[in-house]
Amino acid sequence: MSDKAVQQLATVTIRFAGDSGDGMQLTGNRFTSASAMVGNDVATLPDFPAEIRAPAGSLPGVSGFQLHFADHDILTPGDEPDALVAMNPAALKANLPALPTGATIIVNSDSFTKPALRKAKYDADPRQDGSLDGFKVYEVPITDLTLRALEGHDLSKKAKERSKNMFALGLMSWMYSRPLEPTIEWVESKFSAAPDLVDANVAVLKAGWAFGETTELFDHRYEVQPAADLPPGLYRQITGNLATAYGLIAAGQLSGLPLFLGGYPITPASDVLQELARHKNFGVATFQAEDEIAGVGAALGASFAGNLGATVTSGPGVNLKAETIGLAVATELPLLVCNIQRAGPSTGMPTKTDQADLLQALFGRNSDAPVPVVAAETPGDCFDAVIEGARLAIKYRTPVFVLSDGYLANGAEPWLIPDVAGLPDLSADVAFAAARHGDDDSFQPFTRSEATMARPWAIPGTPGLQHRVGGLEKADRSGNISYDPENHHRMTMLRQAKIDRIAQDIPPLAIEPDSDADADVLVVGWGSTKGPIKAAVRRVRDEGHKVAQAHLRHVNPFPSNTGAVLRRYHRVLVPEMNTGQLRMLLRATFLVDAVGYNRVTGLPFSSGELAEAIRSQVHQPHEGVEAT
Amino acid sequence: MSDASRVSGGRPGQATDTLTRKDFASDQEVRWCPGCGDYAILATIQGVMPDLGVSRENTVFVSGIGCAARFPYYMNTYGFHGIHGRAPAIATGISETRRDLKVFVVTGDGDALSIGGNHLIHAMRRNVDLTIIMFNNQIYGLTKGQYSPTSETGKVTKPTPEGSLDYPFNPVSVALGAEATFVGRTIDNERDHLSAMVERAAHHEGTAFIEVYQNCNIFNDGAFDAVRKNEANQIRLEHGRPVRFGAHGEHGVLLSDGCELEIVDVEGAEPADGSQPGATGRRVAAESELVVHDAHREDASLAFALSRLSHTPLGPTPIGLFRQVRRPVYGDELARQLADAQLRKGSGDLQALITGSDTWRVGGQRPPSPTP
Repeated sequence: MSDKAVQQLATVTIRFAGDSGDGMQLTGNRFTSASAMVGNDVATLPDFPAEIRAPAGSLPGVSGFQLHFADHDILTPGDEPDALVAMNPAALKANLPALPTGATIIVNSDSFTKPALRKAKYDADPRQDGSLDGFKVYEVPITDLTLRALEGHDLSKKAKERSKNMFALGLMSWMYSRPLEPTIEWVESKFSAAPDLVDANVAVLKAGWAFGETTELFDHRYEVQPAADLPPGLYRQITGNLATAYGLIAAGQLSGLPLFLGGYPITPASDVLQELARHKNFGVATFQAEDEIAGVGAALGASFAGNLGATVTSGPGVNLKAETIGLAVATELPLLVCNIQRAGPSTGMPTKTDQADLLQALFGRNSDAPVPVVAAETPGDCFDAVIEGARLAIKYRTPVFVLSDGYLANGAEPWLIPDVAGLPDLSADVAFAAARHGDDDSFQPFTRSEATMARPWAIPGTPGLQHRVGGLEKADRSGNISYDPENHHRMTMLRQAKIDRIAQDIPPLAIEPDSDADADVLVVGWGSTKGPIKAAVRRVRDEGHKVAQAHLRHVNPFPSNTGAVLRRYHRVLVPEMNTGQLRMLLRATFLVDAVGYNRVTGLPFSSGELAEAIRSQVHQPHEGVEAT
Repeated sequence: MSDASRVSGGRPGQATDTLTRKDFASDQEVRWCPGCGDYAILATIQGVMPDLGVSRENTVFVSGIGCAARFPYYMNTYGFHGIHGRAPAIATGISETRRDLKVFVVTGDGDALSIGGNHLIHAMRRNVDLTIIMFNNQIYGLTKGQYSPTSETGKVTKPTPEGSLDYPFNPVSVALGAEATFVGRTIDNERDHLSAMVERAAHHEGTAFIEVYQNCNIFNDGAFDAVRKNEANQIRLEHGRPVRFGAHGEHGVLLSDGCELEIVDVEGAEPADGSQPGATGRRVAAESELVVHDAHREDASLAFALSRLSHTPLGPTPIGLFRQVRRPVYGDELARQLADAQLRKGSGDLQALITGSDTWRVGGQRPPSPTP
């Protein structure tokens, strides 16, 4: 289909950047879809401002979408873009610092007007003052070419200009040999009610492709072969928030419990509430409450009534829900709390990622109120993490935290679609307490199962089991209000022991497959840093160093072998996007002298910075072993 | 998978046995202060329960924090003693998902109108199927006597030694303003009135809100005496009847030309003190001029105006049913949406859902080597 030379590449990272109204997220998503469908492994990093529409053309209004695609399995959205598409001067200025020397830059030259340069706070046109020296810069009049492609279409000039992102997509699709068909099909279904928009978008998309093919600007294009090492099977693309929503629906189906989600809009978690609201035919009830407190309150009420109660929020919402989560600890009822973490404190940076709510999940309640914590590792893993959270919540009659974050929430990856038949059956653990008839009024709601220490789940409507629960301390077994000192001590220990016991019911901490058993250095992480850490470990091992990696999926309780694993290594490095929360827990729990690599930028770690952190540990001399 | 979704459009499970007041009393020792108005309310509500025809296991009492919030422990039903102010939220989750349950919320003026004000108003505007009984004693009792959102301005309490600066809520006005579909007021020691009001509220479909004037004999004794101990000050609202009060019905309420409710003396009715109508300077009006109470008007303005006759219960004060209208019930509508979705799309197929439409297959074998 092309006369131009084709160069094979193993891995490419590109970034689309423009004004928040320029449709860069959509462009990135469509490019990702097409890349996934040709069989590349992909990872994405959307990066957008919290403002819905910051002033047009301004630096705060720049919206970016980075994606990494490759012919092998990849673990991160890429450290540095090989190519940048900048739709306006602000997008160029905001993204230039991220580009390595030699990177390709495609700019929409029509947008480099004096006012636009001023809005981007450029004193001089960067195309002429030498600031782009060292880059391969292609100036393409994208706006003008878009308008020309739409000559004869009955649309306003404004509407025509709005499809310029399709030109960029068409051009980049040509450059990296992506098929247009998936995008065309998508446009057709998206605008099925407006055929003139379908025609316009497809025309501009094809014009972008044709421009690449015919212009003399470009003398060759690239190909990236399908990834060979992905496990075989049927794949789709998935984001963490979609996987979280599907995980919740699956947990309802697998347990046989109607799912009730009580929520309140909050970035970056609102997608989950909105997605669930579309699937009422699964018996999923969603409730947008008046605030975060009522969202979780209704969820707990629903759990008391025999539903799978869940709430989805972000850190600031968890603050407000803390009291109700404590009530769920006291009443020993199942409750799922999904926290899509974002940068803080307080409102912080709502659209930027963070993993600094770990200690909040463990300790963010009054008194001793232990709660299990499960952390998702990749976008697709949010599905399994939620199901695991539901399993623990139901089996142990406890609130459970499932931690995701902004990076997982909006990042996408190819997902090997699970076979539903292979998912765990959660229904046996539901085991509602059975009715009692006659004069037997001996029901004791705070007796415990020997195996799990869980109390009976006696739901309203069951004859003979009328009982009262609440936040006041309960007498062991009877559940009556009790201020007895010894009872309070016993109940506190029972609640803790019930959660501690979960350590026996989760997989042991494993050393990742790409590790050296005889390494000196162990890198331990949790949550969304798994990919970047793995990429960094791979890089350092490729340099000939020995490194091992372990990743904690269950952060409370820790797997029972965690201490033993940590003690096998001379040095333990804990990279976290916080100031050292897991490190504090590991040091306090296991008396291990773990060191941290801690950076909080609102962006995921690059594998480059982590590789450097690992190298600095590898290069340290042995210490203390034979010291005199 | 489970037997069936329990989200259904049914009505509270009927009691099959004939139950008595005692059947609804739990084995827990009641621990309010001796002389507290709560005892009378508890006894009255326990007495009403058998008449509702709902089984004990299908009845749930939910509460927040405060003296009133201990209520669920004393009922032999399901109960959830929640956290301060959040009872309407917890109860919403129960009522929305279990249409077979009869859900009560027992709360106080601090719990409902201060810390829980947000949840209260939103439950009412949504018309969640809840019977909310608010014990108003105009004081915080459990924390030992601080002023509440219904305490009168100038109230001297420990945190307000010079008198409180707050202007109080009128709970009935709040409920009407929050679009409640059933709003009533009653008094702890008026057993028959209280009993009738609770029964009517319990049969209402949607949110029913009842304010109960409740005497706290320890921290705010006598707060309602002007009404509680003086029946002549009780303006008993009766649907379809002219609004009259006084021992001989010698007073009434009319709508003035200025569109305000005005208390007047009624022509031909002799005041209890033997004086002549109009002797106190009030206008005299014929019964035919009085406002006729209409609790079922869609527009809440008249009910609201009646609630403003006494901002604080120190003079003639309306009690009874201010408003009862029909509006779709939240839980029923939710159940309908769920049922519609199942009819329209069929029961969900989890495999189809998670597979979606944009998929690709990765084969087991390596693709051809890339050209160098």
